[in-house]
Amino acid sequence: MSLNPGTGLGQMVVPEPDGQPQWLQKIRRHSIQWVAQHGFPGRDDEDWKYTRIGPLLAIPFEPARASLPTSMSFSDLDSLVGNFGGPRLVFVNGFFNPEWSSLTQIPENLLVMALQTRLHQEEESNGRHLFPPPNNAFTALNSALTEDGAYIEVPANLRVTTPIHLVFIADAEADAPALLANPRSVVIAGANSHISLVESYIGLSPRLSLTNAVTELVLEQGAQVEHYTVQNESEAAIHLGLVEVHQQQDSRFYAHVVSLGSSLARHEVRVALAGEGAETQLQGLYMPRGKQHHSHVTTIDHQSPGCTSRELYKGVLEGRSRAVFKGQVIVRQGADRTDASQTNKNLLLSEGAEIDTRPQLEILADDVKCTHGAAVGQLDEDAVFYLRSRGIPDKEARDMLTYAFVTEMLESLALPALRTLLEHSVARQLSRESTGP
Amino acid sequence: MSTDIREFTEREYKYGFSTDLDTDIVPRGLSEDVIRLISGKKKEPAWLLDWRLEAYRKWTQKKEPRWQNVHYEPIDYQDISYYAAPKPKKSLASLDEVDPEVRAMFDKLGISLAEQERLSGVTVAVDAVVDSVSVATTFKKRLAEVGVIFCSFSEAVQNHSDLVQQYLGSVVSNQDNFFAALNAAVFTDGSFCYIPKGVQCPMELSTYFRINAADTGQFERTLIIAEEGASVSYLEGCTAPMRDKNQLHAAVVELVALKDAYIKYSTVQNWYPGDAQGQGGIYNFVTKRGLCAGSNSKISWTQVETGSAITWKYPGVILQGDGSVGEFYSVALTANYQQADTGSKMIHIGKNTTSSILSKTVSAGHGQSTYRGLVQVHDTAIGARNHTQCDSLLMGKDSGASTFPYVEVKHPSAKVEHEASTSKIGEDQLFYCRQRGIPEEDATAMIVNGFCREVFKELPMEFAVEAQRLLSVSLEGSIG
Repeated sequence: MSLNPGTGLGQMVVPEPDGQPQWLQKIRRHSIQWVAQHGFPGRDDEDWKYTRIGPLLAIPFEPARASLPTSMSFSDLDSLVGNFGGPRLVFVNGFFNPEWSSLTQIPENLLVMALQTRLHQEEESNGRHLFPPPNNAFTALNSALTEDGAYIEVPANLRVTTPIHLVFIADAEADAPALLANPRSVVIAGANSHISLVESYIGLSPRLSLTNAVTELVLEQGAQVEHYTVQNESEAAIHLGLVEVHQQQDSRFYAHVVSLGSSLARHEVRVALAGEGAETQLQGLYMPRGKQHHSHVTTIDHQSPGCTSRELYKGVLEGRSRAVFKGQVIVRQGADRTDASQTNKNLLLSEGAEIDTRPQLEILADDVKCTHGAAVGQLDEDAVFYLRSRGIPDKEARDMLTYAFVTEMLESLALPALRTLLEHSVARQLSRESTGP
Repeated sequence: MSTDIREFTEREYKYGFSTDLDTDIVPRGLSEDVIRLISGKKKEPAWLLDWRLEAYRKWTQKKEPRWQNVHYEPIDYQDISYYAAPKPKKSLASLDEVDPEVRAMFDKLGISLAEQERLSGVTVAVDAVVDSVSVATTFKKRLAEVGVIFCSFSEAVQNHSDLVQQYLGSVVSNQDNFFAALNAAVFTDGSFCYIPKGVQCPMELSTYFRINAADTGQFERTLIIAEEGASVSYLEGCTAPMRDKNQLHAAVVELVALKDAYIKYSTVQNWYPGDAQGQGGIYNFVTKRGLCAGSNSKISWTQVETGSAITWKYPGVILQGDGSVGEFYSVALTANYQQADTGSKMIHIGKNTTSSILSKTVSAGHGQSTYRGLVQVHDTAIGARNHTQCDSLLMGKDSGASTFPYVEVKHPSAKVEHEASTSKIGEDQLFYCRQRGIPEEDATAMIVNGFCREVFKELPMEFAVEAQRLLSVSLEGSIG
């Protein structure tokens, strides 16, 4: 079966899903049809408007196979992605790697397993949200091809204090073809449960690769989930990520995403506030350098009354990099007493860098309070002068101020170990290339 | 609330009468022959006919846009008559010879074609356009004394062909977009205005557009040129009869401001909005753009959009000259089943260019308002500055408001800010007023007026009065 006529990715031959459970076969076939029918997003697709994927589609990617990482060793892991003291699941090119994972400290009743195990069970989980219908070709591609990922079920009322850590390594040998990985994770947080989750995406290989990740989260009534995503893949990598969240009554979702690596990275969050009184908070930080392209797309869909959403994304752009932000807040008819606010702030530090930002409000109810704002600017020259007049060199002064702009995003992180790790990563990213033209 | 909304939807459109004019109208349909016919009727030079035909050919290759946040049944472009003109009894030697019926129609609209001062001390020259053609232009002589050319577009083509040829399509080309190409192919008249070097236009200039005939589209074109150091304030008003079929209005406005010039363009748009069930009304699909060609030039758009079944336009400014300034002030009101997708485009190219956008939308009944705007800072625009503010007020649970700004910045010295808010009228504000004995309806009107005040104060005085009145008429009984 091939996806659709075309070159590269479009021509990829997708294996027949024979031998898999019936429900899964159905989803696989439907997803392939979806891609064939709708094709990959073009320039006229608003969600991809400033992110050109034409060149990417021309690359003849091959689906990755299970392997051991070659570009790094196990001992590097802690310094690269941190260690939070809880269970850690490591995936290499989208496949669960039991040798590098540790599943020892899992509380009783908490179900943590590789998705592959789950997929080969005959039944679809109580008709739950495994593989919802795709909204773009990459999600569909993931549904069609995914082999593995994490599957987590938190029983009602369970409060898990240590975070669960998911590590996704993109890896290839020097002579390997361009590899495509499709990790998929599913998290179901039962009523009034509490869990936190860290997803780290890394890669050290200089080979071109594509990580096409999807994470689905279902928050049942009163559940609380903290979700952290750190994307620090190699500068040869392409990263496409989607976090799809379904929130029921009075649930709370707090998300943080930090984008540092990849040549082209796109991170999308879609939140459906389906139950009354649900609350969501999204925070994002992106720091493209050189020729990196970072795109962040968020959709918060207020479907029920009395929900609250807060969103803050910040960007620091250097070199000839480009960043894109599109944040959509939808308030459906009947979603009264909605309170939504959204902010996107960008610091442009060099000529040649470009930012395209689009905060959007679509409101179909009248009893609402919604605001959004976007700003593009540069460092306050008065502040630079103040520091320089006290003997601090120009570059250092600028780095200090830039760091101050960024730290607002790190201070709110509830995991001290992650905060320390990111403080270092951010400082390294800032010094990676000299400031200014 | 519901009874009030019902009252509101039954509000009257007082300009909905139609006048029985003897009209010269071409059969429905669009082809190269129709364009040749229009061009021939207007005795146009060959270059203009070629320009029209080129536009038509481009138009046939273009696809009608679908990205807009307004919805309408597909338009059958072959079912529209592209030329309708009140038949002149004879050629006019003076304003006194204007057809009395036309004159009576304008009197009824409250627009005097007599050369008189309308408010104490304020003089306004009017170009009156009915259906496709200009029927009268007032104060031409007095304007000519200072060198200002203000006449209908057709007249300009005959008498100032070189100027028209130089500037026509220089801001909005004949293939700019689907509707601009259609306009370029079939436009029939409009206003032309030229302010020579260093002249401050001694009075407000104004065009009054009136659609009268049925089954026609109105396609007029306005071109304003302000030479170095010149300045002008220009007003535009529009109405149409109540008809149960939708009528298309696809106009183009081009403004050119040279060095140190200033153009202020104000619109009070009150086309027939359709009835309470959303039947009929004007489709107002307009391309308006200004070019700040010279350094330190300034173009300012102010619009009050209360009419039309659908309003779809983005008056913009291309800030090419260093230090040039673009401004956009807008109030858009949608009630009943009206829809609006409007905003502004500010394209920063020159150094130290500044722009500001202030948009207020009010949605009532089933009204749907969208702000859509583009702020683009090119890599040459050192020191560019923009501030955008969009506020939406929602009245009624079936109304909707959307905000879609696009910000594209390619220079690190740019400062661009966008902020938007959406809410309903504050209960505490209403309570405060009612507690002081102000009836709810008056209080609401007061609050809405206050909400729009920042925009109204940008309007020339006469228009500000009209705009406030329009708004309160439109909101009558709409709130509870």
